[in-house]
Amino acid sequence: MRILIRLMPLLAAVPLLSAAAGPDRNAQARAAMQSSFKAHGQAGMERLDQDATQALCSRYAPGMPPGEDAARAMAANRASIRYPADGNFLGDWKRGEAIAQEGTGKQYSDDPGKPSGGNCYACHRLSGDEVAYGTIGPSLYQFGKNRGRSEEMLKLTWSMIYDMKAFTLCSAMPRFGSRGILDEQQIKDVMALLFDPDSPVNR
Amino acid sequence: MKASAKKFGFWLAAAVTAACSFTATLVWAQSAANQDPVAEYRAMFGDDNPAELWLTRGKDLWTAPRGPKHVALANTCDLGMGVGVIAGAYAHLPRYFVDSGRVQDLESRLLTCMVVQQGFKQADLVANRFGDGDRKSDLEALAAYLVDASRGVPISLPLDHPQEKRAYALGEAIFYYRAGTHDFSCATCHSQPDKRIRLQRLPDLATPEGAREAYTTWPAYRVSQGEVRTMEWRLGDCFRQQRLPEMTYGSDAAIALTMFLAKNAEGGELAAPGLKR
Repeated sequence: MRILIRLMPLLAAVPLLSAAAGPDRNAQARAAMQSSFKAHGQAGMERLDQDATQALCSRYAPGMPPGEDAARAMAANRASIRYPADGNFLGDWKRGEAIAQEGTGKQYSDDPGKPSGGNCYACHRLSGDEVAYGTIGPSLYQFGKNRGRSEEMLKLTWSMIYDMKAFTLCSAMPRFGSRGILDEQQIKDVMALLFDPDSPVNR
Repeated sequence: MKASAKKFGFWLAAAVTAACSFTATLVWAQSAANQDPVAEYRAMFGDDNPAELWLTRGKDLWTAPRGPKHVALANTCDLGMGVGVIAGAYAHLPRYFVDSGRVQDLESRLLTCMVVQQGFKQADLVANRFGDGDRKSDLEALAAYLVDASRGVPISLPLDHPQEKRAYALGEAIFYYRAGTHDFSCATCHSQPDKRIRLQRLPDLATPEGAREAYTTWPAYRVSQGEVRTMEWRLGDCFRQQRLPEMTYGSDAAIALTMFLAKNAEGGELAAPGLKR
């Protein structure tokens, strides 16, 4: 009887866990990867450690984490978003275009002294002239033209670039601000690419 | 007279055929080039794949006595279907090997054979795992030759050993494991149909169609590198782009992920070495 009582929480946990691929799925992958990978250049072994967002999305993939867990992780991501200190959201669209084109940054083969690119074109259509764009993300062509430049729209877009996982927890898009991939000025420049009327995105 | 008419007829037919096929190739190449520059390359080269050179060298490396122990792999190496049997062997890899006590893919199995049977040092072999210009890799040449011996054979992995099942489950866990500065997993790019990165098509590797399309055409001659690359190279370079540390050649993660992809590609007919961008 006592044993049965002790087992109760375990038994109760079974249906909950069955929604995911298994609680130890991440631990299993991580353990194997730790013995199968080695630090190289700027890519140290700590990159194999998952934060809450990564762990949740991996555990339930290809499905989605349950609402409550997802909401908590999204709130944490939202809390990490920082607006530009000077209140100015828009930089130089030409520099933004260069950042959107640049695919290097954070790979062990990259120079850690050089700023990372955003590699936006890997997944998005942006400038009308650039035909080599990917389709993992939606087209952003005519982005500013269609949406205007209200403060609300600028803040929303800034936040999405800064941390898309505050909006869609398991989005494919990197958290450019929260994870320190792009700095504040670079995000301003990418914002200008999206919103400036002279940018090829809006022409 | 008769002979020369015949001759003329032959040359006319040949010329017409050539013109037609040239035009057809050109038109096809041009339309294909809009979407896939490698299709254009394939159209130009027809059936000629530079991987032939690797294949020829691989055959020599397989059949000649080599290494400190001066034995031929053809007389000592078991790829899972018996010593020296290569026809169809790649279609049943990765698999569990009793002698090594682990599940192995082609590359890790070759390492075992070359170290245990031929007496090579593992570190030397691994240091030369990827060819670069004049310094060619024996592993890449052997892989090209051995994979070609399974051309047209459907992939079949029964997973009847518990370790093989475990490898598949581990491979799946790794496929969905998000980490690093960019939160990428394999699935971030490879779990949706009809997507592309820049202009490069992305196979959905969790589905049979996508896995077959990808898995059956590796190893491949990479035009951009001028080398034949194997699946382990492909996986390692994906992890580099995922911003993760370096995947170790022949490691458990590499083999498990290969098992996941190969099993998903079950039934697909091997068409490697392929030709890729």
